Amino acid sequence: MKWEVVIGLETHAQLSTASKIFSGASTAFGAAPNTQASAVDIALPGVLPVLNKGAVERAIRLGLAVGATISQRSVFARKNYFYPDLPKGYQISQYEIPVVQGGGIAIVSPTRGEVTVRLTRAHLEEDAGKSLHEDFHGMTGIDLNRAGTPLLEIVTEPDMRSAEEAVAYAKTLHSLVRWIGICDGNMQEGSFRCDANVSVRPAGEVALGTRSEIKNLNSFRFMHDAIEFEVRRQIELIEDGGQVVQETRLYDPDRRETRSMRTKEDAQDYRYFPDPDLPPLVIDEAWIERLRQSQPELPDAMGERLVTQHGLSRADALAMTASREVADYYSAAAKALQAGGTSSNKLVANWVQGELANSLHRADVGIAHSPVSPDQLAALLRRVEDGTISGKIAKDVFDAMWAGEGGGDADAIIERRGLRQISDSGAIEKIVDEVLRANAAIVAEVKAGKEKAFNALVGKIMAATKGVANPAQVNAILKQRLMQ
Amino acid sequence: MITASLAQLSQALAAGRLSSVELTRGLLDRIAALAPALNAFITLDREGALAQAHAADAARAAGHAGPLTGIPVAHKDVLMTAGLRTTCGSRMLENFVAPYDAFVVEKLAQAGMVLVGKTNMDEFAMGSSNETSYFGPVRNPWNTEYVPGGSSGGSAAAVAARLIPAATGTDTGGSIRQPAALSGICGLKPTYGVCSRYGLIAFASSLDTPGVFAQTAEDCAHLLGAMAGHDPRDSTSLDRLPEDYTRDLARPLTGLRIGLPKQYFGEGTESDVADAIATALSELRKQGATIVDVNLSTVDLSVPVYYVIAPAEASSNLSRFDGVRYGHRAAHYADLMDMYKRSRAEGFGAEVKRRILVGTYVLSHGYYDAYYLKAQQVRRLIADDFQRVYEQCDVIVGPTSPTTAFKFGDKTDDPVRMYLNDIFTIAGNLTGAPGISIPCGFDGKGLPVGMQIQANYFREARILNVAHQYQQATDWHTRVPEAFRP
Repeated sequence: MKWEVVIGLETHAQLSTASKIFSGASTAFGAAPNTQASAVDIALPGVLPVLNKGAVERAIRLGLAVGATISQRSVFARKNYFYPDLPKGYQISQYEIPVVQGGGIAIVSPTRGEVTVRLTRAHLEEDAGKSLHEDFHGMTGIDLNRAGTPLLEIVTEPDMRSAEEAVAYAKTLHSLVRWIGICDGNMQEGSFRCDANVSVRPAGEVALGTRSEIKNLNSFRFMHDAIEFEVRRQIELIEDGGQVVQETRLYDPDRRETRSMRTKEDAQDYRYFPDPDLPPLVIDEAWIERLRQSQPELPDAMGERLVTQHGLSRADALAMTASREVADYYSAAAKALQAGGTSSNKLVANWVQGELANSLHRADVGIAHSPVSPDQLAALLRRVEDGTISGKIAKDVFDAMWAGEGGGDADAIIERRGLRQISDSGAIEKIVDEVLRANAAIVAEVKAGKEKAFNALVGKIMAATKGVANPAQVNAILKQRLMQ
Repeated sequence: MITASLAQLSQALAAGRLSSVELTRGLLDRIAALAPALNAFITLDREGALAQAHAADAARAAGHAGPLTGIPVAHKDVLMTAGLRTTCGSRMLENFVAPYDAFVVEKLAQAGMVLVGKTNMDEFAMGSSNETSYFGPVRNPWNTEYVPGGSSGGSAAAVAARLIPAATGTDTGGSIRQPAALSGICGLKPTYGVCSRYGLIAFASSLDTPGVFAQTAEDCAHLLGAMAGHDPRDSTSLDRLPEDYTRDLARPLTGLRIGLPKQYFGEGTESDVADAIATALSELRKQGATIVDVNLSTVDLSVPVYYVIAPAEASSNLSRFDGVRYGHRAAHYADLMDMYKRSRAEGFGAEVKRRILVGTYVLSHGYYDAYYLKAQQVRRLIADDFQRVYEQCDVIVGPTSPTTAFKFGDKTDDPVRMYLNDIFTIAGNLTGAPGISIPCGFDGKGLPVGMQIQANYFREARILNVAHQYQQATDWHTRVPEAFRP
């Protein structure tokens, strides 16, 4: 039987506020346990939550970016359950009325082309603390630094049809939340965590199959592998005559498998009810409008602008808007190059996704921390444009800049290494003649019609000039000499 | 002198006839001698109080004294007091020392008041008789065989016995007004949101309201002025301009329209209580007020609605007492779940457990709509009912409680009968509107009767005006139980 895979994702994005969602304590990562837990975070008797407006603004920004409805009135509820790292015995979370409703995110599916993944909702909630089982022999330590950290839970409709689509969505969302500056996207620190709801159904069937929810997908690769595993598991189960049970499963990256955490029967009754400590969150049109005005240009809009105004190809535009950091780098370099023409923009785009990307990848450095700044790259490319150096030599200069030579100044490196391109015809003719004299045998082969032999001559001429001869001129002069 | 009203003490302090140290020491000695018979206090802070009294006298000498400077006060043990044990009347917090001050504690300290100690109360403010306290029941100064009312029974008894001129309380379903009535003193519950709940150990967040006990309405006005104010740490605290709650005290009652709901005088209301109210109403009429018969058809609904909403909120609010971070933790347990169960089973008393169970039930999947949601809808109807009535009158007057004080154990086996004692006060919490209870006579057993004066939101000054004018013409508020007369 042919099976169709159905996936919906729930993403917890940690909002990049300096303080927590209901207290003034810092949200900075990595502090000593319980040093960033205020009276509110540890739930002392008598303390009350006060909503951080910065968290609300970030939720609104996401809503604006995905074309969602911003609720004029949304409600914080209490989700009641006992756990040692949940100090109040309840989590404050938006339940019935979330702050963001609807919207969608466009992704490129490897099989279906451009697809829009619809969003159900995005709601604000607080994170719990952490239970530490190591270092406490037979006991559990509680660290409440993370308790009260603001989260935006972004929930999709079951619109994805493969692990690849799920990953494409997650990557697009990951890029978007960083792009609009609401989340640092750091997956190792847990700032961006996904749960996947996975089910399968016979192709053509309309009704959804029973789903399992996979937790703990803290990398795109894990997400891909976990979904693939889960899809296989479910199909095999059904084909063997079994039934999928609704349950929560945990992905174990070491064994590359999912395993059952709890089934629906164990599901707790969270006894949600509106939190009487927090009045409904009311967002007026003026607030939304203020945020709309200060919203950065979104990747799609920028991509469009790079095509129509910068003259980039769609593929280049997509690459240059892959992340906020890449877009910022490209924009700064293109602006610094100033030549402004399509060819210059194209040159910058080529270098950003070529030489620069390769070097960053090799060194495992983010583009925001590139040793070669956008201005320095522009200075290098200016010398390519004005013919001072060839593209090939430029790569050597780039490597030198990367290594910090000459303080990263392209001109200084070109001068010191004598890499200025020879475009003086007289000088090139002289070298060509010398090479022809010394290589009579190869010349004979050329004249006998061997094309490879021509390239060999070009190579020798370039070598004789240490690569700085203008290659176009070398070609033209060599041809002219051989015709004689 | 030291048993005089707050206003009289304030004058004596200002005139230099009395120092705060003399007053505080005198009251501490009086408390030491008389409070044990009432079990009114859980914690006393003699040294701290005297230090504050010295500071108050020094402030006065330096010319920095306000009307409350140097006057002793006691706080209900539901309010957090920095450095002082705060038990909430529970074994759960038997040894809990608060690390910060509640908003109202802070405000009264800023006004120069001297904190002498923490008063006994029903456990987690759940009770109408003060019998649920882990620290034992409080006794009614008028007759120690009888309850003082609850949950702020310790504060009410202490003020009634003239052990302290002023005390704070909290009112979730009548926990200030009902003990004020049963103990024969004034108890004011302001509009919800006027006094911040920050530092008030939550029972039912949408109902909990800090307020005060004192001998007179005038004293209550001074205290409320000092306690009220916006607090950014409480999202339900209202940001309003400061008010002088004494501004209308002297206003004559001519033209006052008093609403009298016939539902307040049904079969549950004792005849002695009804008679005392009738006499009080004739005094008010004599002063120029007119009586308007009004129909509060939702009165009977308030108790059932309250006993859905309050336990629901309580069941969630009390989840933080899990033995993990502070409070009682069982000495022995097998695992995490066992630790929770034992710690909470040992830490909470029967009434608290009953309400946690009820609250958990009404919020459960499948029951939420029928109970909690329905109760919220009826709550809205009750509020509408009052708004309709306030189109016909300025204040609503009636008994605070259908009965006078009852004997210990009288209602402990029948929670519903106990709950009905709050039938006239609960609506004020469900709507959030203010109310006061003032003494207006005695029943045949010599137990005080309380009259409740309610008004629409933010009409505290009008309520205090009516109460004050009544007290100018009567002397019920000056009566002191025989055993406690100076």
